Amino acid sequence: MRRLALAAFAAPALLAQQSALDPAGPDAGAIRALLVFFVVLLGALFLLVVAMTIIPLVRRHRGIDQEPLERTHRPSANTELRLKAVTGVATVATIVILFGLVVLSVSVGKATSSALDRTNSMVVEVTGNQWWWHVQYANDDASRIAVTANEMHIPVGRSVMIRATSNDVIHSFWAPNLQGKRDLFPKHITTEWFQADRPGRFRGQCAEFCGLQHAHMALWVVAEPPAKFESWLAHQLEPSAAPSGDDQKHGQEVFLNNACAMCHTIAGTGAAGQVGPDLTHFGSRLTLAAGTLPNSKGNLAGWIADPQSVKPGNHMATVPIKPEDMQPLIDYLESLR
Amino acid sequence: MNPVLTERPIDHSQDLAQEEELAKTWHNLRGLSGWLSVTTHQQIGMRYIVTAFVFLLLGGFEALLMRLQLATPNNTLLGPGGYNRTFTMHGTTMMFLFAVPMMEGMGIYMVPLMIGTRNVAFPRLNAFGYWMFLGGGLLLYGGALTNTIPDAGWFAYPPLSGPQFSSGKGVDVWAQMITFTEISAMCVAVELIVTILRMRAPGMSLNRMPLFCWSMLVQSFMVIFAMPAVMIASTVFLLNDRTIGTHFVNPAEGGDPILYQHVFWFFGHPEVYIIFLPALGMVSSIVETHCRRGVFGYPAMVLSLVGNAFIAFGLWVHHMFATGLPQIGEAYFTAASMMIAITSGIQIFCWLATMWSGRIHLTAAMHFVLGFIFIFVLGGMTGVMLASIPLDLQVHDTFFVVAHFHYVLIGGALFPLFGGFHHWFPKFTGRKINEKPGKISFWILFAGFNLTFFPMHLAGLNGMPRRVYTYSPEMGWGLTNLLATAGAVLIATGGVVFIANAIQSRKFGAVADSNPWEGGTLEWATSSPPAQWNFTNLPVIKDRYPLWTERENPGIVTGMRNDRREVLVTSTLDAYPHHRLVLPGSSIWPLITAVGVSIGLAGSVAAFSWYYVATVLGAIGLIGWFWPREPLEIEP
Repeated sequence: MRRLALAAFAAPALLAQQSALDPAGPDAGAIRALLVFFVVLLGALFLLVVAMTIIPLVRRHRGIDQEPLERTHRPSANTELRLKAVTGVATVATIVILFGLVVLSVSVGKATSSALDRTNSMVVEVTGNQWWWHVQYANDDASRIAVTANEMHIPVGRSVMIRATSNDVIHSFWAPNLQGKRDLFPKHITTEWFQADRPGRFRGQCAEFCGLQHAHMALWVVAEPPAKFESWLAHQLEPSAAPSGDDQKHGQEVFLNNACAMCHTIAGTGAAGQVGPDLTHFGSRLTLAAGTLPNSKGNLAGWIADPQSVKPGNHMATVPIKPEDMQPLIDYLESLR
Repeated sequence: MNPVLTERPIDHSQDLAQEEELAKTWHNLRGLSGWLSVTTHQQIGMRYIVTAFVFLLLGGFEALLMRLQLATPNNTLLGPGGYNRTFTMHGTTMMFLFAVPMMEGMGIYMVPLMIGTRNVAFPRLNAFGYWMFLGGGLLLYGGALTNTIPDAGWFAYPPLSGPQFSSGKGVDVWAQMITFTEISAMCVAVELIVTILRMRAPGMSLNRMPLFCWSMLVQSFMVIFAMPAVMIASTVFLLNDRTIGTHFVNPAEGGDPILYQHVFWFFGHPEVYIIFLPALGMVSSIVETHCRRGVFGYPAMVLSLVGNAFIAFGLWVHHMFATGLPQIGEAYFTAASMMIAITSGIQIFCWLATMWSGRIHLTAAMHFVLGFIFIFVLGGMTGVMLASIPLDLQVHDTFFVVAHFHYVLIGGALFPLFGGFHHWFPKFTGRKINEKPGKISFWILFAGFNLTFFPMHLAGLNGMPRRVYTYSPEMGWGLTNLLATAGAVLIATGGVVFIANAIQSRKFGAVADSNPWEGGTLEWATSSPPAQWNFTNLPVIKDRYPLWTERENPGIVTGMRNDRREVLVTSTLDAYPHHRLVLPGSSIWPLITAVGVSIGLAGSVAAFSWYYVATVLGAIGLIGWFWPREPLEIEP
């Protein structure tokens, strides 16, 4: 029975795609350790209070319900004195415990949210938009700034500094397996640091209510070994792959001759719109529409044909694409790896 | 003739004649116009309670809708817009139209009875406050009927709630509704502070005052300091940004959205205690009566209430840890937030000590108190976790927080309130409430509550943010959400049992005498339900529990005139008789003033010029209100 109950609670934890209970870096790890400590200590205190509540119920005088109500109870002076001592001790204990928890919280908070010992940080600039993430890799050389969207690759074992802002409303960047959240404000920059200690794909999601599609504003943090990351980053700096074959060439024409190019950038082509996500290497991404759907040709076709039914209220225009143009367009976009 | 405190045996032979005269003086006019011009605290208090209860049902219905939407992944019951509107209405209704007015209503009804006077200090202001509250509720739900529904959340952060990202009038209606309810809350606060400080029965020095009155006093002071902040945030900042193009909090024009958050939470956090302190007072009333002894540690309880109020104003930033404030500031607010656990803890310890040393009668009211201790202490523990910055950064704005504040608000306020309903039901209605169905409703509510909200802790730790209208099955949140929805259905069932029991008992319950629980405080000294004038002979007391200690020979005030609505004004600290005050009777002017102000405030959502209409109509109402009618000074 007990095992069953445990399994019932553990099962969702194991299934969850993003969880503060499954840390992948030192920051989320320290926070989970703190969480476990708090839960054990405060849980024990809670059980103590419950026991103290139940005991007087169990040992209350027999036949009390028959006792006339007129008889109010006056405990002896001795009892009052004992109660005073016990409640006094409980109060002092509360103060001492809370003081300890403050010190502990502040020290863990300092370790997980400051730039100390993070001299080698890599800076990633994140910009929130209703309802997608613009991601770019800071570089002093403007020509070497890699841009992507709704997906962030980071090297394992190296500290990452997020410099975040927003283009519209307040959002909050949160990848629970790596770090706590940080709000994104328009015209204002906030920062946070995190690090992944093992390779993996970690989901993040907007945590501050940001309007209609707050529920569908996710991104993936992909932690890779440094060498793999470096080659990924180098690839991101390259312009998009040239279309191969007539089908893809036609797809590119469809993209450039329709409204698509007004909002999206595909480096190396005439498309340089800044309103929507950069699509230069779109085909290599895990998901589309900010984590709403897995990136597949079928999902992409549905998304382009009717974005409002996939993610109602989102700001992508429904661009009328002729049926015969749809397949080449999708083939082209998926070739942008 | 000055009133005197009699030490002689009381002569009750005059009571009947006195009652006849009082009945004539305190008689409310018949008919609709009579009903609309009532200014007695019992009627106004009950109107608050009933109206707020209707809003509880509406807010509960909205909660059920949300739970149904989230029951399964990718559900399409409400859709994103519908879900956003629903949770905005739910939060707004529960905070502004249910919780605060309900507590105010309980205070307005109970405080004059508990301190032994005949009405509140400003009866017409009291009526005005109620009409404004009703006006705010009608504005919000009237807007809902015309599909003008706010959808930016109950705290409406700009820029999302600003002119650029929330078109339509929904957010304007929301912001102006707050003006209504805050005017109402301020009226009640002023009302209760003056009533409590200056109208207590002779002999009821502050250290003899029931803890419920203490909690209402402290709460009222909190209202006076907190409510102006929300009006600055919602009306001055947000509404003006939206309607007349000021740029207080609009970042597109150089405004600062973080300023809005500071001002809003400077109100928003004390708001929780504004709801919660009266509930603590109710718990004290229930515990002392049903454990058959005075509350243990009375001075500590009072100091904790006052301490709670002070600390509550110093920890708003824990709602804003994720905004990236400097470490040192956040550390201060962590410490301040945890400090509130000390004053709250002391109160729990004192109630436990009362239970340990008393004789517990396990009535339905007492069940709700025990449920309160269980739920509230658990919510307090998660509150300590939220005060810790690193933990907060993980669980902030997730379902963990949703779980936490429902534990402290439902556990800390709704359970004591339901306990209070059972406890004071005989006083309200003159009939006893059935104990067994009351206990059954408690157990259903208790089980349903924990089933709904406990799994949410886990959902939050597993990464489920608040305010998402749906989630995909791969997220792994399906089971916890399904359990929560099942629990919500159970809560609704418990609510139905509670309401059915109240209606049944109201009609067919056993007739209650003046003091069915043999309570010790003054509200039990008068008939159930109390006469319009509360007390035929105003009481004089010498003890914290006059009905327990002065059963044989209660003191009374003599020398009051019965042919006009007289009350006795006493000194602030020691309640020494000071002078007699004549209170105004029924008046239609508070309603007319409130209607004028309401039309203007509601109209201002459409155009600023309606404020002029409010001024003119309000002025007409006030002229009628203050038109001299009779000399109010005391005759020698």
